[in-house]
Amino acid sequence: MKFAWLDFSSKTSEVPGGMAYHSFLLEPITCHAWNKDRSQIALCPNNHDVHIYKKDGAKWTKVQELKEHNGQVTGIDWAPDSNRIVTCGTDRNAYVWTLKGAQWKPTLVILRINRAARCVKWSPKENKFAVGSGSRLISICYFEQENDWWVCKHIKKPIRSTVLSLDWHPNNVLLAAGSCDFKCRIFSAYIKEVEEKPGPTSWGSKMPFGEMLFESSSTTGWVHSVSFSGSGNRVAWTAHDSMIAVADGEKTATISSFVSDSLPLLCVTFITENSLVAAGHDCYPALFVYDAGKGSIAFGGKLDVPKQSAQRGVSARERFQNMDKKATSEREEATLDTLHKNSISQVSILEGGKSKCTKFCTTGMDGGMAIWEIKVRWNYSIDTVSHFTFYCTFQGKRSLINHALDSNRL
Amino acid sequence: MAKNTLSSRFRRVDIDEYDENKFVDDQDEAAEHLGPDSAEVDNLIRNGDMMTAFHIALRNPPINTKNPAVKERAQAIVLKVLTSFRAGDIEQAVRSLDRNGVDLLMKYIYRGFEKPSDNSSAILLQWHEKAFAVGGLGSIVRVLTSRKTV
Repeated sequence: MKFAWLDFSSKTSEVPGGMAYHSFLLEPITCHAWNKDRSQIALCPNNHDVHIYKKDGAKWTKVQELKEHNGQVTGIDWAPDSNRIVTCGTDRNAYVWTLKGAQWKPTLVILRINRAARCVKWSPKENKFAVGSGSRLISICYFEQENDWWVCKHIKKPIRSTVLSLDWHPNNVLLAAGSCDFKCRIFSAYIKEVEEKPGPTSWGSKMPFGEMLFESSSTTGWVHSVSFSGSGNRVAWTAHDSMIAVADGEKTATISSFVSDSLPLLCVTFITENSLVAAGHDCYPALFVYDAGKGSIAFGGKLDVPKQSAQRGVSARERFQNMDKKATSEREEATLDTLHKNSISQVSILEGGKSKCTKFCTTGMDGGMAIWEIKVRWNYSIDTVSHFTFYCTFQGKRSLINHALDSNRL
Repeated sequence: MAKNTLSSRFRRVDIDEYDENKFVDDQDEAAEHLGPDSAEVDNLIRNGDMMTAFHIALRNPPINTKNPAVKERAQAIVLKVLTSFRAGDIEQAVRSLDRNGVDLLMKYIYRGFEKPSDNSSAILLQWHEKAFAVGGLGSIVRVLTSRKTV
């Protein structure tokens, strides 16, 4: 019986060959985006600028500062093929940056919004991008050749609050949006000027611009993050009431949700068609596995460095003091034992795409960026995982961080 | 000074009511639960059948009504059951609940914290500790974010 297994390892700087956790700043990294070959990262260091860092062996060096926004940059996306960066900010503007020689030059895009922009995403074909904003609408922007500028169309109904997150379906037309009115929705962002009419999908076949094809029933929390699966047939979202849910387009959009006992998750992405990685205020990425047959989501485990158990003896005096101060005689750790020391706000896929991710990256409010590797071996004969375990390599030692989950399709 | 400034009637107008962008929750068509049956619960407490009283008290939570009297009544009944429990039985009672039950219990516990009386806070803290062990931080987050309060 061939076994396939998932291996999550986060190499720290102690392990040769890998820079797994890099502390860029002492302030939060508001948002980040990678270029195509993952040699450069653009991030916003919690101010009005975008800094571009280039990988230099094991170090990161800053190559350019993009200064154009008048407000905090809330979203960055880097189109891999056309090599353009789009940024959006609280100054209600978006800029498309193109590389001219060695310099990035901005082009203003008029979004026609009267509140801050919150998130931006290039479409898969990179001929348009979507911006979610506090104006309770989504701006779909595309380039008009005749006038040589970017124009935008709005998707308004029935969004009733800030759009916090966006994700495109692989067909370049459907767009998932999570917003503060507690709903995740799928809209059509079909622009006839730049593309052909799309074929039918599992979410529907009629897709005029602005049509809503799916709306989740209310959770009671703001929807922080949405993600389509690699095929586009499933959409997952996380909400502020500590809930993660998946809607399956192939099963007439039935929703399965997982009510978690941890703090809310702020970002989520599919890493295979059935599994998700999500992270948030608990400062560690967690794995969730969706079972289409049962229509349920299971918690797959915490993916992080193992707890360093330093069991020193507790002196009698310490016990007494703890009893007096904290009403308990155990010594509690005052520091977090996770890799990230503050909430993780964004997760991005580095290698393998959403169907067979082998590497992903997290950035957070501690100003650090961590790269996580997954080693997957597929059981090609039946295309199933029958048994998997998670490992973490930390300081050169491999340790088991999670036990196997049986009979889960991966 | 103009005469208009003498009138302050305009100050009583709630301008947010007239904002066309004001967010209104979806009106759920769910049945209006009106809280547990007080007589039944009292009977069970008198007979000493605490577990059943507990489960009945947590039935029909008045989450869909806006009537404060109904909510007060339900809260009083649940509080009575919670305070009549022996400390040792609390854990078992919490274990017998499912996920939604633990979330609902947490809502009642926090509602109880709002208006402390006599010894209620001490008992509620014991319940809180046990419910937290099962529901975790997520259940507390759901108390805070829930639009439909108990």
